[in-house]
Amino acid sequence: MEIIVASSIGVLTAGGVYLLLRLRTFPVILGLALLSYAVNVFLFASGGLAIDQPPILSKYGDASYTDPLPQALVLTAIVISFGMTAVLVMIGLGAYLEADSDRIDIAQDDDDAQAENERPA
Amino acid sequence: MMHWIILPVVLPALLAPIIGFVMRHDITLARIASVFGTGLLLAIALGLAVMAADGSTHVYRLGDWPAPFGIVLVLDRLSALMVLLTALLALIVLVHAIATGWDARGRHFHALFQFQLMGICGAFLTGDIFNLFVFFEILLIASYGLMIHSGGKERIRAGLQYVVMNLAGSTLFLFALGTLYTSTGTLNIADLAARLPEIPAEESSLVRVAVILLMIVFAVKAALFPVHFWLPASYANAPAPVAALFAIMTKVGAYAILRVHTTVFGPGSPGTEDLAGTWLFPAAIVTIAIGAFGVLGARRLMPLIAYSVIGSMGTLLVAVAVFSAPATSAALYYMVHSTFAAACLFLIADLVVTRRSSDALSPQPATVQNGLFAALFFGAAIAMAGMPPLSGFLGKLLVLDAIRQPGQMGWAWSAILIGSLLTIVGFARAGTVLFWKSTATAGPVLDETAELDAAQDLPAPATVAQVAPVMLALAILGGLAIFAGPVSAYLQDTSAQLFDRQGYVDAVLAPVEER
Repeated sequence: MEIIVASSIGVLTAGGVYLLLRLRTFPVILGLALLSYAVNVFLFASGGLAIDQPPILSKYGDASYTDPLPQALVLTAIVISFGMTAVLVMIGLGAYLEADSDRIDIAQDDDDAQAENERPA
Repeated sequence: MMHWIILPVVLPALLAPIIGFVMRHDITLARIASVFGTGLLLAIALGLAVMAADGSTHVYRLGDWPAPFGIVLVLDRLSALMVLLTALLALIVLVHAIATGWDARGRHFHALFQFQLMGICGAFLTGDIFNLFVFFEILLIASYGLMIHSGGKERIRAGLQYVVMNLAGSTLFLFALGTLYTSTGTLNIADLAARLPEIPAEESSLVRVAVILLMIVFAVKAALFPVHFWLPASYANAPAPVAALFAIMTKVGAYAILRVHTTVFGPGSPGTEDLAGTWLFPAAIVTIAIGAFGVLGARRLMPLIAYSVIGSMGTLLVAVAVFSAPATSAALYYMVHSTFAAACLFLIADLVVTRRSSDALSPQPATVQNGLFAALFFGAAIAMAGMPPLSGFLGKLLVLDAIRQPGQMGWAWSAILIGSLLTIVGFARAGTVLFWKSTATAGPVLDETAELDAAQDLPAPATVAQVAPVMLALAILGGLAIFAGPVSAYLQDTSAQLFDRQGYVDAVLAPVEER
């Protein structure tokens, strides 16, 4: 199981980073979503992987239980990454509608061109 | 009395939805509520500072769960100082935003502003690293809204880059937290500080990975060298009052580095002894250089100030990277100073730029009150560049004085001194073009109408309310210089407390008294 979890985290991260470097809004959003899945699985695994065990200490059965803290962390992280992705989608949409292009790296060039035009001859 | 500690988080958190939902149609009501809330926050922050001034570490247990299991807020001198700094800056920025009408140029400015304050105060007060992440996200999500406040193509594009950069940083933060939890089994700062020395050096490789990952994350927030590139574009394109408020956000990164890397990974834990300083120091030196060259090369006023913020963060982090008590107290002095200096510059730039056709550094006909703006800009610029008599000079002097280790002194001294010189040249050039050459170029105003905003058709002279926040910020800088003795004595106590790891651990992990 460890090898499956580890390699899925790796594949998700690699895909996320690749998409993040595409410099277009939609792939970047997808890439960030993939990265947040990867990090959620990673956080989930950070307490150690255990099968069929409750995240609470049971006083009736045996004392074996899985670490509850990562599950709480993952819950928080999922909520936050959902909210952040929603914000990013809205801003990305706004940028696309304003600028008619979904590239996210043009602003700097525009700045320079603008400053260039305004320089005294 | 005990519940005071959580008030800086709860007050804005309650006020923001009320402003957002109840007062969204009445800007006057929202303004009154926002100013009132921020004033109250300042009063609470003062109270907390008085409470923490005796050197005790106050712990607020949420739900009264004992420390390593429950969530705690911790108030010591450093947290109290940072909350006070935030509240004071917020009030200055808020008055400016209201007086110049920035808050009415888009929706929900005041609600977002309060949420931002909640995130910042929470980040300063929290006692465990996961909640640091949560409060980071709160302050970031509010800052996304503030960043693109009042819209416009350039601003939304810069905002998009800023959001993507910070989301990538957040992901990295979570990876760091996972690694840290795997290797230590806790995320409470005090518990980490207590457990890390028990991890033998040969088994500490995972901890070292976590240390470096955390360092990168905080470096993103603090705009340190390899990951600083988001700052110029976003600060230069953000609304000016928002950029002034963001002056405290880079300090959140510096605070997190100080807190986590002195209290948790400081000297004493065998695996991570000098790891942070080794990497932080050269990065900070390069950051100073980038800031200085950026100031020299900027062709617009707002990026110029943004680069000077990068330079000041470099100076600050050079002092932090030494990780000794005297250097840290110098860093804290410089942190207080540079927050107000940067905010002051952004606010003045706002007053100047809204009265010109653009913020390009090119000669344009003089606007109204040219002399007043020139004087204010001069004052803020010499503060930022580190010239006497304002506190920037003393701050840099303290930083220089604190860095005397043979391996670091040469690099740090030459970087700070040459960097200051270049910054002075850059600011002098900018001021000359903006204020002196403009008086020489008299002539028709109407040849560059393309960039004109509706608001600046008739440049009106600045009112008292618009200049007052800038004056107050300058007065604080002056006061910081005049009362440098008492202030730095307090800051020395602060950094002594920061380096007293055992005291922090004992206070936070103390067993709950029976009732």
